[in-house]
Amino acid sequence: MFPPEFDYRRAETVAEALSLLSDHADRDVRLLAGGQGLVADLKAGAATPDLLVDVGDLTSLAGVTVAADRVTVGALATHAEVATSATVREHAPVLGATAEHVADLQVRNRGTVGGNLAEADPTADLPAAVVAADATLHVRGPEGERTVAATRFFEGEGRTVLGSDELLTGVSLPARTAGAYARETHPATGYAMAGVAATLDVADGVVSAAGVAATGVADRPVRLGTVEERVVGAPVEDVDPAAAAAGAAEPIAADRLVGDAHASGEYRLQLLPTVAERAVEQALEGAAAGGGPA
Amino acid sequence: MTDDDDALVGRPVPRREDRALLTGAAAYTDDLRAPGAAHLAFVRSEASHAHLDDVDVGAATAIDGVLGAFTWADVAASGTPGVLPVASARLDCDVPGHPVLARDRVRYQGQPVAAVVAADRYTARDAVAAVEVTVDPLDAVVDPVAATADGAPTVFADAPDNVAVTTELGDREATARAFADADRVVELDLANNRLVPSALEPRAALASWDDADEQLTVRMTSQSPHGHRRKLATTLGLPERRIRVVAPRVGGGFGHKGHHHPGEAMAAWAARQLDRPVKWTATRSGNSLAGAHGRDHRTTAALAVDDDGTIRGLRAETHAAVGGYGLGGGPVMPGWYGRLLAGQYDVEAIHCETHSVFTNTAPVHSYRGAGRPEAIYVTERLVDAAARELEVDPAALRRRNQVSEFPHETPVGATYDSGDYGRALDEALGAVDWERLRATGRDDAGRYVGVGLACYVESTGGGHESGVVRVHPDGGVTIYAGTHSHGQGHGTTYAQIVADELGVDDDEISVVEGDTERIPTGTGTFGSRSTIAGGNAVAESARAVGEKAREIAAHRLEADPADVEEAGGSFHVTGTDRSVPFADVAAAAYGRGLPAGLEPGLEATTFYEAEGTAYTFGTHVAVVAVDPDTGAVDVERYVAVDDCGPRVNPAIVEGQVHGGVAQGIGQARSEAALYDDDGTLLTDELLRYALPRAADLPDVETRATETPSPHNDLGVKGIGEAGTIAAPPAVVNAVVDALAPLDVEHVDMPLTAERVWRAIEDAGG
Repeated sequence: MFPPEFDYRRAETVAEALSLLSDHADRDVRLLAGGQGLVADLKAGAATPDLLVDVGDLTSLAGVTVAADRVTVGALATHAEVATSATVREHAPVLGATAEHVADLQVRNRGTVGGNLAEADPTADLPAAVVAADATLHVRGPEGERTVAATRFFEGEGRTVLGSDELLTGVSLPARTAGAYARETHPATGYAMAGVAATLDVADGVVSAAGVAATGVADRPVRLGTVEERVVGAPVEDVDPAAAAAGAAEPIAADRLVGDAHASGEYRLQLLPTVAERAVEQALEGAAAGGGPA
Repeated sequence: MTDDDDALVGRPVPRREDRALLTGAAAYTDDLRAPGAAHLAFVRSEASHAHLDDVDVGAATAIDGVLGAFTWADVAASGTPGVLPVASARLDCDVPGHPVLARDRVRYQGQPVAAVVAADRYTARDAVAAVEVTVDPLDAVVDPVAATADGAPTVFADAPDNVAVTTELGDREATARAFADADRVVELDLANNRLVPSALEPRAALASWDDADEQLTVRMTSQSPHGHRRKLATTLGLPERRIRVVAPRVGGGFGHKGHHHPGEAMAAWAARQLDRPVKWTATRSGNSLAGAHGRDHRTTAALAVDDDGTIRGLRAETHAAVGGYGLGGGPVMPGWYGRLLAGQYDVEAIHCETHSVFTNTAPVHSYRGAGRPEAIYVTERLVDAAARELEVDPAALRRRNQVSEFPHETPVGATYDSGDYGRALDEALGAVDWERLRATGRDDAGRYVGVGLACYVESTGGGHESGVVRVHPDGGVTIYAGTHSHGQGHGTTYAQIVADELGVDDDEISVVEGDTERIPTGTGTFGSRSTIAGGNAVAESARAVGEKAREIAAHRLEADPADVEEAGGSFHVTGTDRSVPFADVAAAAYGRGLPAGLEPGLEATTFYEAEGTAYTFGTHVAVVAVDPDTGAVDVERYVAVDDCGPRVNPAIVEGQVHGGVAQGIGQARSEAALYDDDGTLLTDELLRYALPRAADLPDVETRATETPSPHNDLGVKGIGEAGTIAAPPAVVNAVVDALAPLDVEHVDMPLTAERVWRAIEDAGG
């Protein structure tokens, strides 16, 4: 019940965190941010690291900023900050709408955007939002900063492109008119059985761009191009969410489905059109109202 | 006796328990400290069925801080019986009880095979991983029907067909005649899902051995301290007089904390073995793995009805899993479930055959309702199926067949004491606008709307109970009762009852439960029995004390006792201004001034047993909306009309109904303990076992009718289990009603979204 002994270092700067990662490349090192996933794993014995590098004090990774039509969210921004941020609601409404679905208030107050994305839980909410939003993930490593498209960041259950010597520092999203997130909630875990994030850009009453992505169904978030293509180019008032979402399940490969005793992969897949319809509908309402869902 | 206008009984007096519970001042078992206390943790079998070849505790013993690591050999060497007994005299086979640690065989996943005791709980749990268990696996059987098939793996050699006991109720031939004679027969195959009792507080014990006086004290999560003392005495080979069981604050019982499990017994054994206090607290996964679980019935049932709506007969055959061992009366209990199969109806003939079947799963025992939910589920599903078959309103079919004269004896041996079934039904129908809901097809969101009824009876209040009322020399009162409160609020309700009987302010009354050294005897709290058995026991003692006080008062007032009456905390001579305060009478009882022939002291002890069973009843209605695209079920409204006779504290009664309905909706919608074919529990933690959450539950609208029981002085009936009995059939009937346009006729619990969606798909929807 006590986790096996591990070393603990609290990084004062990003550079220090990175050098700790490099200096201990031969050991099992885990980054500790909000601790909402890792601490539970430590208690359960599911994680047995040699070294914890606590990045919780890296204030440079906190906060939300907006510049040049992009919203940047620091890796240490909490779900609660994102869900209640007026900046996020105005410029990246999909992220705020999704963050308010994450877990419960206590977890939202502690859990971080960066930690959640790096954890790569296939049933988590935020991964769908960043994939739908065409977000860019900012990664720092020994060679400096690199950026990764959210669509390429997730590689499967618990797996991302992050190297063991790299730190996710933040995520930036192009500004969008509207966004929403809909979910059928797993009765035991509280995560998604099927979740869909949708973003829309509207110009002159016409949907000029759309991003729609699913979580909870496959081993990683999946862009639902079949939904997007039925939305883009249409006047907002002409979009039929049900028709747009009808093919939502098509992009999901059968061999990537996830499921359990409460909800099989097959069932989750068939939920997608319904959940996608709801997400698109709410995003359209947001577009009509000039932003995110009410 | 207090005048009706001033009576506390019948008022929603705020629960006196809540201050300590809400501020954290209340200490639960795991909060208790004892000097030098060590901590016990179990090594549990990963295999569900296997020969136990070897348990090597050597490496665990070597860990710093480990005080002992024990196997069955150590228990046997100590000369302790070490077995949790099974009610073998009432079984069809001669099987052993549950050893506190596995002997040579494991029969369910999670069965304790070794125990580690360490200076702290962390070391104990870590040392568990150092114990090496070698097993030779055997084929497992988890389904109670499959377990009785030819060639199924055998759990006990002495029960080759795995049947612990088969119980028959009613008359097979008379039922066959009724079925042959009736116009129509409806049949259903029903599964009553296996549940994991999930009290907020897991089970726990802190045991201490006093070697000087050879006394064992076990502070533990118990619904029945005297019952546990008796069971511990058997398992430990100690006389009852050497054991004290104390139940401190207990966070939910539900039957689970009335049963005899290995943890508490092993903590007691280890405390004596090591001569230091030992604490054991169940982990959540240990609680899930080792049970006792609840329900798990497979039933084939049929109802015979005439075209005019007369219910003629009911028959049921049930296979009930009892798990890898029988725990006490656990295997016997399913046989009695059929006692309630008549439900609220006057049925000519009933036959019920129940097979209690060993399976390689956690033991099964009574869980809030204990057979009554299983019975009423069968009856109420059948009545709805018959209404559909006859194309009549299910409420009308119920009304036509409801028992209206009391007492009423059913063909399965129940005698209903009193009731007004039609009134409760009417009240419920009126509350929900039944006719309009019946006519509603789909709501604005396209969801199918359904409404479901459950008319139930509940047998309540068996067994004896002790109640002591002691008036102290200062006039204050302490009540001692053999029941135990773990959410029921006896501290409040017993004080209300005694305050009315004695004319004393309830603030002057303390209530003590949960200590075998302070309370003469007790049966405990389960089976919706406490207000009947304990409430009447303390009421009777209070009346005796009140009579004696009046005699003393009359003596002091130099009046005839017949002319003395109690009012406002004093005794008065009728028609005069002469009076004496209750406190002065109490002082006199312990000092000088007693009338000749009266013994000193002012207290009374009652061992009470009601004359017969009190049958609580009512009608619950669930209104649901089902999303045909997702299968998601929303319980949009829930109305509970319950009749438990006079309500001592209506707020506490409502709380009981709220909690029971929450658990019932949990069974109906999401809860299920699932095993794979190898006997591995798939739902061993709350990330996999779906308890209902606040957001999943509707507001429960409670209403009351009041029909006293003739069997006890207070006229009360039990209410603790009504919600778990009525909610599952009400919700399932509502969902089946909602999906009737799609030709869905049956869905098994739990009504997970996927299961409902598949039912729609399979029906061609």
